[in-house]
Amino acid sequence: MKPVTTPVRGAVRREYGNRGQAALAQDDENSRLVAQMLAIADRQDEAAFAALFAHFAPRIKGFLMKSGAQAAQAEDCVQDVMATVWRKAAMFDPTRANVSTWIFTIARNRRIDLLRRERRPEPEDLPWGPEPDRDQVDAMVLQQETDRLTEVLADLPREQRDLIEQAYFGDLSHSEIARITGLPLGTIKSRIRLAINKLRQSMSQGSPR
Amino acid sequence: MIRHHLTESLLLAYSAGQLPEAHNLAIATHVSLCDDCRAQLESCDALGGAVLETCAPVNLAEDSLAATLARIRGAAPTRQTAPRVQGIFPAPLQDYVGGDLASVRWRSVGGGVQQAILPTSRGASARLLRIPGGKAVPDHGHRGLELTLVLQGAFSDEDGRFARGDIEIADQSVTHTPTAEPGPDCICLAVTDAPLRFNSLIPRMLQPFLKI
Repeated sequence: MKPVTTPVRGAVRREYGNRGQAALAQDDENSRLVAQMLAIADRQDEAAFAALFAHFAPRIKGFLMKSGAQAAQAEDCVQDVMATVWRKAAMFDPTRANVSTWIFTIARNRRIDLLRRERRPEPEDLPWGPEPDRDQVDAMVLQQETDRLTEVLADLPREQRDLIEQAYFGDLSHSEIARITGLPLGTIKSRIRLAINKLRQSMSQGSPR
Repeated sequence: MIRHHLTESLLLAYSAGQLPEAHNLAIATHVSLCDDCRAQLESCDALGGAVLETCAPVNLAEDSLAATLARIRGAAPTRQTAPRVQGIFPAPLQDYVGGDLASVRWRSVGGGVQQAILPTSRGASARLLRIPGGKAVPDHGHRGLELTLVLQGAFSDEDGRFARGDIEIADQSVTHTPTAEPGPDCICLAVTDAPLRFNSLIPRMLQPFLKI
């Protein structure tokens, strides 16, 4: 793709330095996934869903099998997770999560249901308005920072990365998880915090829903 | 203003899905009240998303997409979860109680203290405690990881003052004597992954009956 330098990208560049063509290609893929997600939410777009499915379903299956599910069980679970993605598409908020993050939470909850036969208490939803409230600049910055996290994860020393993966595949106890320190989550956390503040503000002004 | 928060490792363990249901309930309830911990949790979820993104893909069944679309078309309209009623319990806790404070079925445990055990899976337990202002919860130690979240009123102990939204994290090294502040009853959600161990004789004898 051709690098496009809009003011937003320029600002992000200044913050993170020039990350080169590979990073831009990833940005591009990520904005495509976000656009597909929003197309499902706004127009029940089946073609967008098929594209999202092609990207995520095989990864979710891999994730579930690494977490101890049998192939047939994992396949059934993948279909269930992706059907939930369709159903809950309107809940996806690109200022607080990228598509992988959001789909991960659905897959994780389904896994708890499947492998432990337990309910999964989730925090109360923060209500938020439809499209006009999706701040595009906020969304783009959050998306790019999440990409950056994926890169940082890939660059971690093998041992540390294994530990994080094991935690998410369900192989670590809480006391073992407590050994994982120094996670590079600071910038993402502050972006999400900002997005939550904006939500709270618009809620207190009595805006949508 | 919340002063006592969850630790990064507890939020990471919750995000990764590695805690018992009872602890998940306490964490989901605290996060419902605490935007700082919510932001920290969602950044942990981003880490989970990165793990998913970098996961080696596994081939799907041939008709996987078609089967999924069939599920979508065949699905009954989604059941709306019961709307949260006005009150002091955030939505995840209301789900377990079946409503707010008025729906709790309290049982006396002596000393003016009341409790209600919530239905969670075995291996850890969750209960609501109602402690009249000025009263102490019997002195107890812990055999596991105990989380105590304040929903109304406040209590103080060796670790400080805990008011609505504050969560106290205690492990077996802690022996404390929480005392409710004078004023309205202090109502807490307490979860443990092992029964509480009381330090005086009578409460210990009562433990099997109290299920704590």
